[in-house]
Amino acid sequence: MYSVAFPSFCVHGPRHEEDIMDLVRREVEKCDRLGGFFNMMSMAGGTGSGMGTYITQCLRDTYPHSFILNQVTWPYGTGEVIVQNYNSVLTLSHLYQSSDAILVHENDTVHKICAQLMNIKQISFKDVNKVIAHQLGSVLQPAYTEGASEYNRNPLGDLMKSMVCHPEYKLLGLRNIPQMSETSLAYSVFTWPGLLKHLRQMLIANAKMEEGIDWQVRPPAGGLPPAEKGTHNKQLRFNTSLANLLILRGKDVQSADTGGFMDPALYTSWLPPGVASSTWRTPMSFNRYEKSATLVSNSQFLLKPLDGIVGKAWNMFASRAYVHQYTQFGISEEDFLDSFTALEQIIASYTHL
Amino acid sequence: MGGGTGSGLGTFVLNVLEDEFPEVYRIVTSVYPSAEDDVITSPYNSVLAMRELTEHADCVLPIENQSLVDIVNKIKHMSHSGKLGAEIKQSSTIISGQGGVKGQEKPFDAMNNIVANMLLNLTSSARFEGSLNMDLNEITMNLVPFPNLHYLVSSLTPLYTLADVNVPSRRLDQMFSDAFSKDHQLIHSDPKHSLYLACALIVRGDVQVSDLRRNIERLKPSLPFVSWNQEGWKTGLCSVPPVGHSHSLLALANNTCVKPTFIELKDRFMKLYKKRAHLHHYLHVDGMEQSCFSEAFSSLSSLIEEYNQLDATKGLLMTDAQRLNIAV
Repeated sequence: MYSVAFPSFCVHGPRHEEDIMDLVRREVEKCDRLGGFFNMMSMAGGTGSGMGTYITQCLRDTYPHSFILNQVTWPYGTGEVIVQNYNSVLTLSHLYQSSDAILVHENDTVHKICAQLMNIKQISFKDVNKVIAHQLGSVLQPAYTEGASEYNRNPLGDLMKSMVCHPEYKLLGLRNIPQMSETSLAYSVFTWPGLLKHLRQMLIANAKMEEGIDWQVRPPAGGLPPAEKGTHNKQLRFNTSLANLLILRGKDVQSADTGGFMDPALYTSWLPPGVASSTWRTPMSFNRYEKSATLVSNSQFLLKPLDGIVGKAWNMFASRAYVHQYTQFGISEEDFLDSFTALEQIIASYTHL
Repeated sequence: MGGGTGSGLGTFVLNVLEDEFPEVYRIVTSVYPSAEDDVITSPYNSVLAMRELTEHADCVLPIENQSLVDIVNKIKHMSHSGKLGAEIKQSSTIISGQGGVKGQEKPFDAMNNIVANMLLNLTSSARFEGSLNMDLNEITMNLVPFPNLHYLVSSLTPLYTLADVNVPSRRLDQMFSDAFSKDHQLIHSDPKHSLYLACALIVRGDVQVSDLRRNIERLKPSLPFVSWNQEGWKTGLCSVPPVGHSHSLLALANNTCVKPTFIELKDRFMKLYKKRAHLHHYLHVDGMEQSCFSEAFSSLSSLIEEYNQLDATKGLLMTDAQRLNIAV
């Protein structure tokens, strides 16, 4: 609904701003301590993307020092809304200015998880949403940060601290294993080394789920100069990271060895070693999984989908199709160009990690 | 469009609505005349009306009587064929007025019911809940890439359901295939051999997102889409099906296949206009001048030309537009 988003962004947003910000203020005042804002929205349709972006901007203006995390659902590649690529470009470029971090879920990936890992035959949005909720729960449920003796009081803040060290790099991805159907779960046994090995390879090889992982991809050998490293990585489709956060929940969690994620070869060369990787743990099991491991990462894994979206949007823009729908609500061609430029910049930054 | 009231008063009301409520979308269903229209001046009426529709409507759903007749005949044939197991539920056909005003069935009722059912499907998301709601304004927003090219081909399925509950209901996928078959279209045209600019699937009933995605994947390869909109699908899911069905589908396609209909209209107009036949009836009316005719004619010609330009891109290998270069 950026298609109807721009009415949302330009018309409905301002119209309802006062009411919405009023509601927010009441909730904020009730808090002893404001941890931050967690906004959830889709990027393809109208209300989510338009209204969501507008509200995020309002929140940023009203609460300049609060953390704002936006969870954004990326649409199916084969189309849910025809102007989804325009909406995505406009949303992401605006969110980058007001939000602290953008946590991405791709409908295609979640759909595949439902189909291939959960064995659901007729997948409904309820199933898709359940998977997303599980993944988010695995991040936001209480846990102990490193060396802490109490549960973290400020998960949003801790998340930002670990993941977003540079304002140019705000795109976060989530991988959570294991994920399987009830029936399979009854017959499965998990070990921390096994789970961590899979997660690490999923990160390196840019696998979105625990199936079809390419075990051939390896991190580059140490000591390569940055330029050569880049070519090496591109050839092997190696996914370079900026930051990684492991969240481990379940039995014997203290014994889990996360050393594999501290390997400097996984990270971009301009980061000082040791800062890029962190781990949260709790012995409490999560959602009927005896052991559950989540990886939140700021890496190149969204580069290809982002490039795809921008490419398609640009092609459409070249023919000016649908642009009149936006200009009639106040989004000019210059605004489009600004958004495209912002995203090309983000793509370039992530490419050269 | 062929008669006077529809084309004249109808488009006048359209203009009034635009003046009074400029922000509200105007979606128009118009019945286009067939070749053997009994109104001799129908080409004039139609072309004059076309100009109004192009300039003042946001979205037009053209209907042809011949297509409606074909659908009615198909249903009547099915119900009278008496094939074993093929008996259809009378109330479920899209020509039945079940649930509407009772009384003697009037002529054209069956045909009108088809259009009524199409409109019901169009507005279903606005009236009932669903997992992927689609408002009326989203139809315009998603299906109209350029302001004048807002003529959509509609097709409805299923036409009926079988009465015998022991016969398994036609596979869901069949419903999607039917939506792209010419037998279910409300105008005679050939979308599969023209160019799709955009397509919307408005689904009602017990259908999930995976069914939708699967069928889009399946049908996509056989449908030619314009280069900059290869994945141009808009989808809506409403959980409440129409009376008598477990699910239904309305497909709206913005496709260059409407061009031949317009060209035919233009030709029939020219046949009369060349000889200035019947023109004096119109020019007697205050406010009507010859320029109305010539302007209407050029409006139609430019519309056809816009479609031509898009058709010219069909099948050409379009290179991706060069992306912005960012200094690193």
